[in-house]
Amino acid sequence: MLLTILGLIPILGALAMCAPLGKQARQVGLAVSVATLAFAGYVVYAYLAGESLVITVPWIPAFGAYWALGLDGMGLVMVVLTAILTPAVLVAEWGVPKKIGRWSARAFVGLILLLEGLCLFVFMANDVLLFYLLFEATLIPMYFLIGGFGGARRGYAAVKFLLFGLAGGLIMLVSVIGVYSWSASQGAPSYLISDLIALPDGSEYGWLLMICFLIAFILKAPMVPVHTWLPTAAEEATPGTSVLMVGVLDKIGTFGMIKICVALFPVESQIAAPVMIALALISIVYGALAAIGSPNLLRLVAYTSVSHFGFMVLGIYSFTTAGTSGAIFYMVNHGFSTGALFLVLGFLISRRGSARVADYGGVQKVAPVLAGVLLLAGLSSLALPGMSSFVSEFMVMSAAWSRIPWVGAVAALGTVLAAVYILLMYQRTMTGPVAGEVAGLSDLTLRERVVSGGLVALMLVLGFLPNIALGVIEPTANATQAVMQVAGVTDHQPEFGAEG
Amino acid sequence: MNIADPTFEWFALSPVLAVLAAACLGVLAEAFLPQKPRYYAQLALAEIGLLGGFALLVWNWSAAAVSASGAPQAVTGAKLAMGALVFDPPSYLFWGALLVFGALAVAVFGERAMTGATAFAASVSAIPGSQAEADAIAAKREHTEVFPLALFSLTGMMVFGSAGDLLTMFVALEVMSLPLYLLSGMGRRRRLFSQEAALKYFLLGSFASAFFLFGMALLYGYSGSFDFAVIDTSLATSEMNRGILLAGLGLMAVGLLFKMGVVPFQSWVPDVYAGAPTPVTGFMAICTKLAAAAGLARVFFVALGGERWSWQPVFAVLAIATMAVGVILALSQTDLKRLLAYSAISHAGFLLTAVVGAYQFVPEGQLNSLGAIFYYLVAYGFATIPAFAIITTLRDTSGGEATDLAKWSGLGKSNPLLAGIFSLLLLSFAGIPLTAGFIGKWAVFAAAWQGGFWWLAITGIGFSLVAAYVYIKVIVAMFFGEPAEGVQLGQASMLTWLPISLGAIGTLWLGLFPAQLMDLIAQAQVFVK
Repeated sequence: MLLTILGLIPILGALAMCAPLGKQARQVGLAVSVATLAFAGYVVYAYLAGESLVITVPWIPAFGAYWALGLDGMGLVMVVLTAILTPAVLVAEWGVPKKIGRWSARAFVGLILLLEGLCLFVFMANDVLLFYLLFEATLIPMYFLIGGFGGARRGYAAVKFLLFGLAGGLIMLVSVIGVYSWSASQGAPSYLISDLIALPDGSEYGWLLMICFLIAFILKAPMVPVHTWLPTAAEEATPGTSVLMVGVLDKIGTFGMIKICVALFPVESQIAAPVMIALALISIVYGALAAIGSPNLLRLVAYTSVSHFGFMVLGIYSFTTAGTSGAIFYMVNHGFSTGALFLVLGFLISRRGSARVADYGGVQKVAPVLAGVLLLAGLSSLALPGMSSFVSEFMVMSAAWSRIPWVGAVAALGTVLAAVYILLMYQRTMTGPVAGEVAGLSDLTLRERVVSGGLVALMLVLGFLPNIALGVIEPTANATQAVMQVAGVTDHQPEFGAEG
Repeated sequence: MNIADPTFEWFALSPVLAVLAAACLGVLAEAFLPQKPRYYAQLALAEIGLLGGFALLVWNWSAAAVSASGAPQAVTGAKLAMGALVFDPPSYLFWGALLVFGALAVAVFGERAMTGATAFAASVSAIPGSQAEADAIAAKREHTEVFPLALFSLTGMMVFGSAGDLLTMFVALEVMSLPLYLLSGMGRRRRLFSQEAALKYFLLGSFASAFFLFGMALLYGYSGSFDFAVIDTSLATSEMNRGILLAGLGLMAVGLLFKMGVVPFQSWVPDVYAGAPTPVTGFMAICTKLAAAAGLARVFFVALGGERWSWQPVFAVLAIATMAVGVILALSQTDLKRLLAYSAISHAGFLLTAVVGAYQFVPEGQLNSLGAIFYYLVAYGFATIPAFAIITTLRDTSGGEATDLAKWSGLGKSNPLLAGIFSLLLLSFAGIPLTAGFIGKWAVFAAAWQGGFWWLAITGIGFSLVAAYVYIKVIVAMFFGEPAEGVQLGQASMLTWLPISLGAIGTLWLGLFPAQLMDLIAQAQVFVK
């Protein structure tokens, strides 16, 4: 019941935006998102106290579908991430709807809250059909956020986003229907993940089902070569929208890989692992190189995310406890660090009115606080020790190393490239002589300082005390590992597959 | 010679008879009532007939669901009118849907608040542009017989889907088609276009009927009976040449697939949908499909189910062709009515995948092919009637409907509510989750998969993606396009708004809480032989 309420708070808030609130829409929206955060805090408390939060109510008996919500460690941290980022985005984008002026602030706040609610439910879903429905439904508010509040090519970006999303969704529908057929053939149909895990493996379509799920998640967590929608969308959307898109929405991809692909199809996942690792490495290196060469700041951050998603996938498909934990922790850290990067760059871009790297120079002389926060966020993005992302990146790389050393080495190359793209970006925009129009820029306002400072503080806290999160995450990683163990993969085994 | 007295189960037949009676009374009203009150009388008669028929149907169901001793029992169904009609559980479903959607669609027929007149010509017999036409318009004459015509058509549809033998089915086919041919040609604006559509529909429809009749004759020759149950048993026992059976089966399929709008018998759909008055298009789009799907399923599951190895592969190819033609040609349409017409073709293809699955005997509580088809159609009906009703609301400067897609640009700015509802309906067409259309798509593809045609389900899902692009294009234009010049929203009355809002509510409700309807379908999805 608690979990249902948690997801319903923002959705009801979104519905409240239908009322003519006028200028108060943002205040109401912020209050709703803060209430969600507070309630999420209570849910965390209940989870840690060992209360059973699971709810399972029959929803469509003919399909074996349930309104089934529950939390594991991974779901919990993702819920917290979502609940934190949403109010941060609302505060950071306080003036954005008015500035863009096409659609009202009510629409903006309503769509963001709707997105938050749907994402919360996705991370809590324990039923494959429910997961699928929500997974698809999140596309709609995001589509309108990009299309309604984006830049000049917003229409193109929104449609591209939606078509990639729908393509993934429909490919996943193949699996969703196949899973029904599979479980119906074993008796009564059921979409509950717990029931599906208990089914005997060896469905004749097992391969097909796993691959279709996986393609959908690869499209979502954008990996090369199907990442192209992300830079376009991030370039056109408002920075806050991008935070939710990259920080929360795309995590559904990696989340699904762990919760559905690996958990339901351990044998098939194991065989797919070499391909996934190869894709992950390509994403890591390609994303980093593309970021170095990107002339647009928002595009640059989008490409760094492609690289980071490569790390997460690498961690997942290394099939070790450390790798899975690292990947999940990475999902959280990436949300905060990329979120901070997008928001700070958004503050910068809104002042200067341009997202081109070439239009900047010497910003740190006129806006030292902004430059400082950008540097901190950037350092977190390149996984500097002391920042939370360092812990997760290290875990992922050590897991990869323990499986196949050269894979770890290539991944390490990604870290070096990360230093290049972040520092080069900082150097080009923040240092040097003050570029023409930059001279008149003001520094961060109090509102902007609160948001960016809060996110930076979170990164530092998790960097020095990673066990806050890792302790919660570990049971999920252990459970995943246990599934893999049944399928014949042992933890930390040096030899791995044909490639090793 | 001894001829038994025919028996009629009046109570069980009452839903059909109510509609037929309202139609006949409508003819009398047409003849005897003066012009002014006639419109109101006809509209009221039609709605009373349809809703009364629905009430009688529900009464029948609740009576049949209780045994003599008062304990609840499963509804089994019976043959009515000497076996001419099969009043089995699926008949309840299809009749209910036909009556409800008929009532919604006929309400839109009555809309005249926007231009002061209905969508039908003042005098159909007057030559377009002639003095006679101008006189009729000046005299504010109206063709109120559209209401009885729609009721006659609905009577035919109800009988068509529940016929117990081929002869009844053929008569019902004609009863449902002839009024539709007429209705299509009665457009008030662009009259020649409308008449051309009617003529095309009539000629092609006549050919299809002829094919159907020919197929019937061959099947009769093969089995020695028109009765579906007898044909079914004869499949195993007849000593006739199997070529006769296959030829009969193929020719019958032509007639039935024509009504569904399945490739290669789809060519009438875009022209007729675009040319017919928009309220009639909405009526045809769902009600004809319901009747055709019920008839198709009954013929091929009941009478020719034993022969399914012969027709499944052919239908599978046709389903793919239909989906392909529907979605690919919809991509290039610039007229909203034609776009929805091609979308209707693609929906026929999606429906056909479930027919191909021919997945009939399922564990209790799950949907079989027929259940899936029915759910899909209900979802489609709740989207398509309001969609066509919405199309009637946007008017150009001359007061005609602005069906050009470019005219819909920017509607989201001038009327967010209407554009929002239209988007919801389009998303349902596209099968986006949390709308009824998604559950329908899920059900038909699952039926195809369960029937062993998993590759067909996957192909269908692939075409769904292309189809989604078609609908999203419209949404993009409405919300992100610059407002179009020279169009305005007509002030529609409740007769338009009620179907629109009920359709939107139905679309959302069936998308979020499909369980109730599914439970009902699961109890009522097996044909009685």
